[in-house]
Amino acid sequence: MTITEKTADVPAPRSGEDKSGRLLDVKDLHVEFHTRDGVVKAVNGVNYSVDAGETLAVLGESGSGKSVTAQAIMGILDMPPGKIPQGEIVFRGQDMLKMSGEERRKIRGRKIAMIFQDALSSLNPVLSVGYQLGEMFRVHEGMSRKEAKAKAVELMDRVKIPAAKQRVSDYPHQFSGGMRQRIMIAMALALEPDLIIADEPTTALDVTVQAQVMDLLAELQREYNMGLILITHDLGVVADVADKIAVMYAGRIVETAPVHELYKRPAHPYTRGLLDSIPRLDQKGQELYAIKGLPPNLLKIPSGCAFNPRCPKATDICRTDVPPLVPVTERDGAELVGRGSACHFWKETIHG
Amino acid sequence: MGRYVARRLLQMIPVFIGTTLLIFLMVNALPGDPVKALWGDKPPDPAQVAQIKHDRGLDLPLWEQYLHYMKGLFQGDFGNTIAGNRPILDEITQAFPVSMRLAAMAWTFELVVGITLGVIAGVRRGRIIDTTVTFFTLLVISVPIFVFGLGFQLIFGNELGWVKPTVQDSENFQQLMLPALVLGLVGLAYVARLTRTSIKENRSADYIRTAVAKGLPRRRIISRHLLRNSLIPVVTYLGTDIGALMGGAVITEGIFNVTGVGNLLYTGIARREGAIIVGIVTVLVIVYLLASLLVDLLYAVLDPRIRYA
Repeated sequence: MTITEKTADVPAPRSGEDKSGRLLDVKDLHVEFHTRDGVVKAVNGVNYSVDAGETLAVLGESGSGKSVTAQAIMGILDMPPGKIPQGEIVFRGQDMLKMSGEERRKIRGRKIAMIFQDALSSLNPVLSVGYQLGEMFRVHEGMSRKEAKAKAVELMDRVKIPAAKQRVSDYPHQFSGGMRQRIMIAMALALEPDLIIADEPTTALDVTVQAQVMDLLAELQREYNMGLILITHDLGVVADVADKIAVMYAGRIVETAPVHELYKRPAHPYTRGLLDSIPRLDQKGQELYAIKGLPPNLLKIPSGCAFNPRCPKATDICRTDVPPLVPVTERDGAELVGRGSACHFWKETIHG
Repeated sequence: MGRYVARRLLQMIPVFIGTTLLIFLMVNALPGDPVKALWGDKPPDPAQVAQIKHDRGLDLPLWEQYLHYMKGLFQGDFGNTIAGNRPILDEITQAFPVSMRLAAMAWTFELVVGITLGVIAGVRRGRIIDTTVTFFTLLVISVPIFVFGLGFQLIFGNELGWVKPTVQDSENFQQLMLPALVLGLVGLAYVARLTRTSIKENRSADYIRTAVAKGLPRRRIISRHLLRNSLIPVVTYLGTDIGALMGGAVITEGIFNVTGVGNLLYTGIARREGAIIVGIVTVLVIVYLLASLLVDLLYAVLDPRIRYA
C-alpha cells in the first residue's frame, strides 16, 4: 500500500530524463491513403514542434488533416490503406518513423498518450474502468492486478471522480459523459507521459462540462510539465489554454502564431474567416459570417493555394502557385516570433 | 438474477407441453401402423391386433393417450416399445451418454477450431488465410454432411487406415474422433464465419484504437479487448448448437454405426414407434431450453451492459 500514499501529490521524478526542452518535431510530414477512388492526400508537408510544458493547438475544419497528423505521431494509423511517403517525426531526438513496431509500442501510452473525442466509444464497454486504467501499469510496468487497481483508484481521484474507490469496478456506461472523459484523461495521464495528444477532447461534451474538463487538463499539464497537442475546431477552447496555434487547411499548415497574436491579427484569410464566423454578442441581430463553399476534396486538391476557391481575396497567382509558409513580420520588418503564414498576401491580410 | 432464472424456468413449462403435444400429434399422423408392422409381410390377425391395441391403450382417443403419456412422464415412465415391450427409458439412458460424448467432442471441436480460425481470418482480413477460411467454410456449409461422412470414412478409414471405418465400441474415445469431426464440421464453419465477421466489425471500433494507443501488445489487444466484444453472436450459436448436435446426429451416427440417440430415433421412425420419438424429443427439448437459458445468462457475463432483473 506504500505506492498509493507517496505519489498522491508529487509527481515522481523520472530517472535520468529531464522534462524540458524540445519534445516533438514533426518535419515535412506527408500522409496519404490509397483507396479505390485514388490517393487521398490527407497531410501534405506539415511542420510543427512542441516543447515540454507547452500547449500547441491545432485548428482546422473536419478533413483538414489535424487528426491524421496526430494519429501518425501516435503510430495508430491504419497502414494500409494509410502511408507515410515522406517526413520525420522526431521525438526526443529520435525519428519514430524509423523505429521498429515494438519500440514504438513502448513509447505509446508511456511517453506519448492520446485522449480521444468520444469517450463512450473509446472505452471498452465490457471491461471495468479500473481494469482499463490498471492495464497501463500492468503492461508497461509489470504490476500485479492488485497494485494496478490501487493505482487506478488513485488516478481516478487525481482527475476528481467522486467516490473513486467505490466506482473503480464500474463499467464505462455507468458514468456520465464528463466523468468518462475524465477517465480517458486519467488513462492518458497514468504513466505521466511527456506528451499528450488530445483529439477534440471536449467536442462530445455539453458546454458546462467542457470548461471543467479543459481546466482539469490544463491543470494537470502544468503540474507534470507535459507537452500538449490540442486538436480542436473550437476557437473558444483554444484561447484559454493554448500557447501557440497552428491552423491547418487541406493537410497543410496555413498559419502559425502565438495564441493571442492570432486572435488579434490573423495573417491568413482562412484564419480571418474562422474568427469572423464566431458568434458575438455585440453583433446580435446581424447575419453570422460563414466561409463560403466546402472543404476541398482531398482526392483533388485545388492547384495553387488549396483555399483559393473559397478565398474572398484570391487572384491569379493563388490559382497557380502554392504559397510556402513564410515568417510574418511587422510593417517595418521587425520579427514576430513564432508567426508564419502561407498566403501570398499575408502582408495585406495582417496589416490591412 | 435469481428471479430472472425462476421466470425463465417457469416459461419452459408451456413450451415443454406445446412441443411434446405437437410431436405426439405428428407421430400419430404418420401413415403406417406399428402394431400391424409386428407381423411383417404376413397378413395380421385382426383380433390379435385389437387385443394388443387395447392392452397398450392405443385404442383410446388421442387426447386421452396424450394425458396418459404425460402422466407417465412425470413419474419417470416413458412407456414401453411396441416391438419387444421394453421400457423406452432404458433405451434412452443407454443411447444418451453415447450421443452426449459425441456431441461434446464435436462441440469442443467447433469451439476451439472455429473460434481460432475466425479470429485469424478476421484479424488478417483480405489476406490469403482469410480467403482460404472463407472459401472452405462456405464449401463445408454448402455440401451435405453425408458427403463428408462417407468421404472421410473412405479416405481415413478404408484407404489410409488411420482409424476404424465404423465405430465398434461407442464408449471408445478414439473411435469417436472421426464421427465427432464430421458432426462438428458444419457448426465449425458457422462458428468460424460468425467470429470472423464479428471480429472484422469490432476491429475498427474506437476502443480498439484506444487499446493500440495505450501501447498494449497485439496479443493482449486481440484476446482481452477484441475477442470478448466479438463473442456474443458466437455464444448464441454455440448454445443452440448443443441441442442440434445431440439430436441432429442421425446421419452421422448412421454412417459410423454409433449407437446413440440419432440411431435410436431412426429406429423409432422406421418402426413407427411413436413413444420412442416423443421420448427422445422430450429430452432434447429440455436440453435446448436449458442451453438457451445458459446462453442468455452468459450474455450478462460477457457484456456488463446486459442486466437481468
